[in-house]
Amino acid sequence: MKPLRSVGIVGYGAYIPRYRLPAGEIARVWGEKGEPPVREKAVPGLDEDTLTIALEATRNALARAGIDPQEIGAVWVGSESHPYAVKPTGTIIAEAIGATPYTLAADLQFACKAGTEAIQAGIGLVASGMVKYALAVGADTAQGRPGDALEYTAAAGGAAYLLGSAEESLAVFEESLSYVTDTPDFWRRPYMHYPSHAQRFTGEPGYFHHVLSAAQALMERTGHKAEHFRHLVLHQPNAKFPERAARRLGFRPEQWKTGLLALEIGNTYAGAALLGLAAVLDEAQPDERILVVSFGSGAGSDAFILRTTEQLPARQRLATTTRAYIARRVVIDYALYARYRRKLLTE
Amino acid sequence: MGIPGTWRLRNQRLALIGEVCHTCGKKIFPPRDVCPDCAREAQHAFRFSGRGEIYSFTTVFNPPAGFEEYAPYTVALVKLEEGPIVTAQLTDVEPDQVAIGQPVEMVTRKLQDESRAGVISYGYKFRPRMSAT
Repeated sequence: MKPLRSVGIVGYGAYIPRYRLPAGEIARVWGEKGEPPVREKAVPGLDEDTLTIALEATRNALARAGIDPQEIGAVWVGSESHPYAVKPTGTIIAEAIGATPYTLAADLQFACKAGTEAIQAGIGLVASGMVKYALAVGADTAQGRPGDALEYTAAAGGAAYLLGSAEESLAVFEESLSYVTDTPDFWRRPYMHYPSHAQRFTGEPGYFHHVLSAAQALMERTGHKAEHFRHLVLHQPNAKFPERAARRLGFRPEQWKTGLLALEIGNTYAGAALLGLAAVLDEAQPDERILVVSFGSGAGSDAFILRTTEQLPARQRLATTTRAYIARRVVIDYALYARYRRKLLTE
Repeated sequence: MGIPGTWRLRNQRLALIGEVCHTCGKKIFPPRDVCPDCAREAQHAFRFSGRGEIYSFTTVFNPPAGFEEYAPYTVALVKLEEGPIVTAQLTDVEPDQVAIGQPVEMVTRKLQDESRAGVISYGYKFRPRMSAT
């Protein structure tokens, strides 16, 4: 997909909570052996949730964009862990940053790709001229059932993107593509606290089919090969899946290492690919091409080709970097994790 | 904090919006419509930067109702860059890491979340400053 008018990112921001639960702690509690899927995962504090994570990421995006929040015409938050089942996260964000009252505000859900879905929609709205700027956020405080394989990776974090005209942008969308099918790999029914997953659908029919199909189709349509990209960012439910997918697409480790954060923070669900992109934008130079491919269970992928502009370096240090959040790290044990994630019965 | 209060105070709680006195220029937080310095009325809204430093602090081990699950937590008087002193909880910091004069910045966090069915109360807390600017 290519809009008639070129659209880009005018500001971006990351947020990762400071607590880390090492995989070894989970293995110790459940008596499991073998190599864990990540080294540790980011855990939110007692006073944090998807709204507070999304809001700090948004404030960082605004600091980099330097725009008047009254000119933001859409505030969209993608997550599978919105604080309310009914009552939008988007209105609270819009109020806090001063974008109210003349703006769209809504919450999106599409498992781990709700945030990139918001970006696709935002590109359309900005390109059409209906709004000057659109805010797209992906954030989660993912829930892993105690003892389930997902407990190792279900993490918290988020990233926010302010979209605007290409002329004002630090990176421009060259082309994008979305790819969805009805695939029962992972779901959560209403009133259920934890998601369910169909083990055999997770890998090939879920993640790999959608990520590879979206990436390959976009590269074919644009005539790009792997070597045309300086960076690759894939959805990262663990470290192994994105590395394997990247190899199958013909990429080399130096192209994906900047944007692969899963080993250090776990799977931040709707935040995952977007945090990887934020880490890349923190370090990228002007005129570099980036391929981003998200994945959401259910299932689908959004793929974007971005090219950084001359305006990027001056804005990289206007807000806290993704790496600074990763470095701010307080290790907790399983007992504190159980308290912080309210897994203890206290009444 | 009930629903009417949460709604009425949303601008100061979520965005740290106070007032600036159009007569003497004094920055006012929380907003109170009459300048505490020159006693003139009808002030303009003013969005504070959220940066400040610890003026004084204490750690709460016996919390009031509604705050039990967060204890122990530290409450501070934060002197904002623009002048006013605000009382707020600190977050993302251990009680023994807090010091008078320490630079802090505003973040929005859950203040209270008492019942699974009720409205969540969000508002400002402060943490050791980590922002780039």
